[in-house]
Amino acid sequence: MAAITVVSGRALPVRGDDLDTDRIMPARFLRAVTFEGLEKHLFEDDRAGDPKHPFNDERFKGATILVVNSNFGCGSSREHAPQGLARYGIQAIIGESFSEIFLGNSAVLGIPCFVAEKAAIESLQGDIEANPELIVEADVDTGVISAGTLGLQATLPGGLREAFLTDRWNPTAMLLDDFEVVGSVASRLPYISGF
Amino acid sequence: MSTLFENVWNAHAVRELPSGQIQLFVGLHLVHEVTSPQAFDMIRQHGWRVAFPERTFATVDHIVPTSVQRRPFIDLTAEEMTTVLERNCREYGIQLYAPGGDGGEFQGIVHVIGPELGLTQPGMTIACGDSHTSTHGALGAIAFGIGTSQVRDVLASQCLALDPLKVRRIDVNGQLRPGVYAKDVILTIIRQLGVQGGVGFAYEYGGSTIDRMTIEERMTICNMSIEGGARVGYVNPDETTFAFLKGRRFAPEGEAFDRAVEWWRSIASDSDAQYHDRVTVDADAIEPTVTWGINPGQSVGIGEAISKNADEEALTFMGFKAGSRVEGTKIDVAFIGSCTNGRLSDLEEAARIVNGRHVAPHVKALVVPGSQSVSRAAVAKGLDKIFSKAGFEWRGAGCSMCLAMNPDKLEGRQVCASSSNRNFKGRQGSPTGRTLLMSPAMVAAAAVAGEVVDVRQMLEEVHA
Repeated sequence: MAAITVVSGRALPVRGDDLDTDRIMPARFLRAVTFEGLEKHLFEDDRAGDPKHPFNDERFKGATILVVNSNFGCGSSREHAPQGLARYGIQAIIGESFSEIFLGNSAVLGIPCFVAEKAAIESLQGDIEANPELIVEADVDTGVISAGTLGLQATLPGGLREAFLTDRWNPTAMLLDDFEVVGSVASRLPYISGF
Repeated sequence: MSTLFENVWNAHAVRELPSGQIQLFVGLHLVHEVTSPQAFDMIRQHGWRVAFPERTFATVDHIVPTSVQRRPFIDLTAEEMTTVLERNCREYGIQLYAPGGDGGEFQGIVHVIGPELGLTQPGMTIACGDSHTSTHGALGAIAFGIGTSQVRDVLASQCLALDPLKVRRIDVNGQLRPGVYAKDVILTIIRQLGVQGGVGFAYEYGGSTIDRMTIEERMTICNMSIEGGARVGYVNPDETTFAFLKGRRFAPEGEAFDRAVEWWRSIASDSDAQYHDRVTVDADAIEPTVTWGINPGQSVGIGEAISKNADEEALTFMGFKAGSRVEGTKIDVAFIGSCTNGRLSDLEEAARIVNGRHVAPHVKALVVPGSQSVSRAAVAKGLDKIFSKAGFEWRGAGCSMCLAMNPDKLEGRQVCASSSNRNFKGRQGSPTGRTLLMSPAMVAAAAVAGEVVDVRQMLEEVHA
């Protein structure tokens, strides 16, 4: 693990509201005991029906930042969706809004999900579509996203922003840090001792 | 002054983490075969132990075949995933309910068996690697759907790192009309508040309609909270809750039960609790509801036309026109089951409709009980015979055609009347398959008619 302060690279716009995790990673690819190879199946059914889907578009190959619209990642809690994105090489997502479970699942993989206004997101998507070589830079500390002449202000949920900046985005070690306190909280809960 | 959410959160908060998130103790961890194998691998790699193995329970539901459940499963991937879970549970000392193992008779959908076994109790924090974990809130628990890395965290530490939620109180008041069910209530709530209206909120359901509901009905409501964007949904525990729990396998007994009731009462929201938002829904105005689109917020009352401004992408995919009705839509498949509507009362209500009738010749109809216990109870009441005689296939317990990870799938552009929870594109296993969400009674009526109909017509004939 390492602190995540700035993510920068070419970007890939996927337009549409309420893109659920069944769309991002259809359930048949969950029939496995590992996450290996999931990057090959991102948006598989959408891509099959649409040759122009951004994940089919050679111009966006190698992009590390995904730019999406509202309620991205809604529905199923399957981590297979952000795992596929991470394995594809996505390092940050910028969107209008995210489902909470998806946002949390992405954070644990070191992928910050930046939230910005609809109009700003749409101009960013337009600029990337017009120029796939555009370098997008997302600053975790300030929330500033810059791309060519475009600058926009985004936010990250408070706790996660701090977690990325201080290398605490993968929390297991932290949760195990003070394990005696966990024991004492448990012992105060009447159902743990059978009332 | 405080809500149940705050009371339970505070009782389980371990500490504020250096990141500012809260470390929250998880009272009950539920595990299934699809989102856990990688989590067990991660703790194995790190050499971590399972911190509280006695607070974790496992079952198989997502991938299990529902046609024949004898081991080894004919589906080799289902067999492999089940075997891996068996090995993980054995290695770490976790109770597993799976066909072919000890306690196999309690196998079922994880959100059906938790409450059924009395594992789910008021005032608990619950986590499971499945978004419909919100179901358990029906008993007054705070239950979070989580991802696989968080499953790892709970296994290793029995804790999660989370930010607290705001609480929206949703009062449903009035009398539901005959033929209108809990499913119609939650579809109406989601339509009203939107599929992302609940992001950042826990939904607290109350009001006279919810107060009168059974626990099974409340489970249907809480189950679909996530479809409205709310990760958590709950109902405050009351006499109905206590009566439901009494005598269940893992419920406290004797004097301990009385002490438990006292604590359960104490954690409920105060009458003067402060909410971040309040919404009221009029139960009398709710009609049997069906979805027409590709998310659970896109629904209409059965007598209502699809809005003139309806989303173009959804209309095109589903083959509907703005201003048209869903009533009269020919169906190919009828599915009764899932963690939303796969419990005994759901099957009873559907059986009431199909009794003495027959499934339309062009319709493939399935009943998939939510658990083996539900199945046994239904068989004891003769429901399996009613369904079979009417032309339904009577299956073994599992998630089945809700998410189509097993052979129960739609084909091509088939239209499915479904008692499940998601009408997403491709959800039921065919990339072009179409799902119409509705109550189990409405699915039963559609199966018989061969098209979407108003269940109230058939109910009148039942009464006559």
